[in-house]
Amino acid sequence: MKENDVILRTVTRVVVFIILTFGVELFLSGHHNPGGGFVGGLVLSSALVLLYVVFDIETVHQGVPFDFRKIAAFGAMVSLLSGTAAAVLGKPFLSQGFGYFDLPIFGLTELATVTIFEAGVALTVIGTVVTIILSISKDV
Amino acid sequence: MEFHMTILVGILVTVAVYLLLSRNMVRIILGTAILSHAVHLLLITMGGAGEGKVPLLRESDGPYADALPQALILTAIVISFATTALLLVLAYRTYEESGSDNMNTIRRIDRE
Amino acid sequence: MYAVFIIFLPFIMAALLPATHRLIGDRLIGWYVMAVPLVLFAALIRLIPQIAGGEIVSASYAWIPDAGIDLAVRVDGLGMIFALLITGVGTLVALYSIYYLSPRESLGHFYVYLLLFMGAMLGVVFSDNLMLLYTFWELTSISSFLLIAFWYHRKGSRYGAQKAMLITVMGGFSLLAGFLMLYFMSGTFSISEIIGMRDVLAGEPMIVPAMFLILLGAFTKSVQFPFHIWLPDAMEAPTPVSAYLHSATMVKAGIYLVALFTPLFGGMEYWFWSLSIAGIVTLLWGAFNAMKQNDLKALLAYSTISQLGLIMSLLGFGSAALSASAAGDPAVYAAAGFAALFYMLNHSTFKGLLFMVIGIVDHEIGTRDIRRLGGLMSFMPVTFTFAVIGSFSMAGLPPFNGFLSKEMFFGAAVDIASGQPFAGGAEVLFPVVGWLASVFTFIYCTIIVYRTFLGPVQPEKIDRVPHEAPKGMLVAPGILAVLVILIFFFPNVIGKYVIGPAMQVMFPALSREADLVPEITAWHGVNLPLVMTFGVIALGLLLFITFRHWRRIYRVAPFRWTMDSIYRGLLQTGEAASNIVTDLYMTGRSRDYFVFIYLFFLITAGGMLFLTGAFEPDFSRGPVGIFEISFVIIMAFAAIAMLFVRSRITATLLNGVLGYSVAIFFVFFRAPDLALTQTVIETVTTVLFLLCFHFLPEWKPEDSPLRTKVVNGLIAIGAGVLVTAFGLTVQGYDVYGSISVYFEESYKLAGGSNIVNAILGDFRAFDTMLEVVVLFIAGIGVYTLIALKPKKGEDDVEGK
Repeated sequence: MKENDVILRTVTRVVVFIILTFGVELFLSGHHNPGGGFVGGLVLSSALVLLYVVFDIETVHQGVPFDFRKIAAFGAMVSLLSGTAAAVLGKPFLSQGFGYFDLPIFGLTELATVTIFEAGVALTVIGTVVTIILSISKDV
Repeated sequence: MEFHMTILVGILVTVAVYLLLSRNMVRIILGTAILSHAVHLLLITMGGAGEGKVPLLRESDGPYADALPQALILTAIVISFATTALLLVLAYRTYEESGSDNMNTIRRIDRE
Repeated sequence: MYAVFIIFLPFIMAALLPATHRLIGDRLIGWYVMAVPLVLFAALIRLIPQIAGGEIVSASYAWIPDAGIDLAVRVDGLGMIFALLITGVGTLVALYSIYYLSPRESLGHFYVYLLLFMGAMLGVVFSDNLMLLYTFWELTSISSFLLIAFWYHRKGSRYGAQKAMLITVMGGFSLLAGFLMLYFMSGTFSISEIIGMRDVLAGEPMIVPAMFLILLGAFTKSVQFPFHIWLPDAMEAPTPVSAYLHSATMVKAGIYLVALFTPLFGGMEYWFWSLSIAGIVTLLWGAFNAMKQNDLKALLAYSTISQLGLIMSLLGFGSAALSASAAGDPAVYAAAGFAALFYMLNHSTFKGLLFMVIGIVDHEIGTRDIRRLGGLMSFMPVTFTFAVIGSFSMAGLPPFNGFLSKEMFFGAAVDIASGQPFAGGAEVLFPVVGWLASVFTFIYCTIIVYRTFLGPVQPEKIDRVPHEAPKGMLVAPGILAVLVILIFFFPNVIGKYVIGPAMQVMFPALSREADLVPEITAWHGVNLPLVMTFGVIALGLLLFITFRHWRRIYRVAPFRWTMDSIYRGLLQTGEAASNIVTDLYMTGRSRDYFVFIYLFFLITAGGMLFLTGAFEPDFSRGPVGIFEISFVIIMAFAAIAMLFVRSRITATLLNGVLGYSVAIFFVFFRAPDLALTQTVIETVTTVLFLLCFHFLPEWKPEDSPLRTKVVNGLIAIGAGVLVTAFGLTVQGYDVYGSISVYFEESYKLAGGSNIVNAILGDFRAFDTMLEVVVLFIAGIGVYTLIALKPKKGEDDVEGK
């Protein structure tokens, strides 16, 4: 079942990057604007799902050679361990901290440990969603 | 607005429960999906539907819409996605093994 | 610190065992294990002078301070005796097992369980906190379970393990209940403090129930009638385990418990009678049943039951010394307590010896059925000698330690009968029954020696050529045999340094050492106990010779009954009853479960809402926008249409309509994060549905009968109405202010101006973390369901 999907493929090549950028932007802006780990992760994974739909699994796997089960496990571990650091420092488990730093290029920037936690969330979401979709697709 | 929303939630719950009570696995799964929609709407309505401003401190200076139900719902959305996915796969694996999507038939096969 | 180290060394070594096993291999692992009790034994011996001087080594660390549970360890004279047994016999058993177990067995498991047991048992005897003691107590049950089921491929092993577990854990629960009652009465879990409050607690009305609950725990563990039934089945364990757990140590945990609580409960009439009667009945019943056994290990099991009954009754006799109102000299009664501890030590030596002897016979001949054995004396002279020493000691003959303790038992029973501490009258029966049981004991001891080692050889009934055991296997029983004789000649060393300190713990009211530590002499003139011993020998020999003629008695009604059938009946009835009850509601139909859930919801929640008059709906409409109301109508129609659609694709699309409408409502209600997430999630969910439809059949119209559909409809409408009623009620209810004001400080508190994300990532990060874990687990679930399904033609895991 090979359809003529040149247009779809061409469009996807461009669109995927827009979606990916949007996903990263959502993830990073979550602190002050709508976004965050969940939705960022979901948008990123939908970009990947789009790739899998348009190209076949093998082709995508060459370009994105990750084991998404491991990504999910890694993400869950990151969000768990990010809380342990606070516990080690004698604060309640999962306490987050933040501060303002004057960095070159970026200027005065706020850095918060919650970003690490959110990164774990995002990675888990990406890993899980892609794993689910891939598992079902491979079963065909 | 809350009144209308609450009536809508009641309708959604009725439909969801009726679907849950059916024998077909896909109907049951759709029932759980609708039930979570209903609960999400109920939660945000209880938090005051349409009152206040967007809970972003940089956008405005209050009064803000209640942020707590929103956080709860955000969590619930993701969880309901996870359970729906699991249920769907469970359903089709059950169908593969038993050859039926009817809960009563599956039970009979299981008891044999 | 020292004391804590003693308890935890076995656990540490058990944790290190797998790695060590890999390093040093099967041949040396037994020696590694043997080092543990040996080191501990030496450490304990080093403590003896201190303990004998009345000193108490203790340490306490906070464990769960809020609940008053501390890691409190206390080494006193009483714990010391048991600890010496645990480590001493433990060393010998480990040594013996090195030769007994073939390297083909899973030695790693065996030794880990053994070390676990050792640590748990040391924990029991050194704990000074009720909860700590209970924890270790249950751990001994668990390790015993694991060891009995060591040859788990045998049905008998599994049955015996389960039986032992059920009975001892039942007793454990009872013990826990008793401990909690003590805690509520005294306000502390510390055992030494509770014992110090003896006078206060004596006035509490609940002290008697607490006492009986604790006794039940002790009786189940120490196999008192009628809970003795698990011990014969526990003999399915490898013989070193039987020698160690099921004769020398674990079954004595109940004895320890009784001795430990003697300073608290001792002197109470209930305590005296429960212990004495349970002990005497167990003594007689065990000995009576031991005689009819054909399996040597079963015989030893019943003899262990019998002798634990004897020790228990002696503890009962001794407790009379603590009664303020009892007639007679307390020091005379206290001698019974001394006899109990002395008998217990001796029992561990001669019974351990006999178990090892039987193990050797089993190992070398391949059977332990006395109908197939006989005449082994000439083939196994050393084993035969050991058997004679062990049996004669058990029968109470000189010059073995059993003679001394048996005489002391007779003496104590006679003293109780003549002293009548509680003027019950029944005390007169104690020496009579005890004497009769000793006759039986003499008979089965003779059976062990005669039927195994004397008489005709029956080569046609055994598979192997009889020969002596390897030398290494004889070392451990040899040491025990030497001890059996040494203790006979030097009993007072043990009396002074080992039993004396324990007596001080048990009978704090009697402070004079002369009262606590009677001089043990083998020859004390012709007195009643000696005459009783002669009677035992004479009647025992007579009955042994005529055994064939009166054996029929076992077929007569009351003697034929076994507690086993009651146990089996209870188990079967319980299983059948719970099956019936479970089948009533676990129907296997998902509809029934949902019906239960929603009916419960309707009845309880709905009932509460209307009966308490809380239902005050708020019908105010408020401002309504045209967009909002149109989406309400769209959603309502989409939802109702869902009930009537014929195709699953349409249903899924309608679900999509609902989902996206929800997202739009999130926009209306100022929730941008939710709107974003809902949109993406709805897309992915729809894709998922469509993907899965590839595998699922088109749905058919619901085939339920009309009646069911009507009932379903009513339940569904009820649920919908009730939720609406709740919603309307809550809206009119504005008593408490919103807690969300706190979260509006998010920029100050969490450095973020998106309040929702600040809640998710900071204020309620724990919820989010768990949610991530749930998501991850769902992902794993999907993956395993698909990726790990059996290949076509491959059998199901359960193997149909």
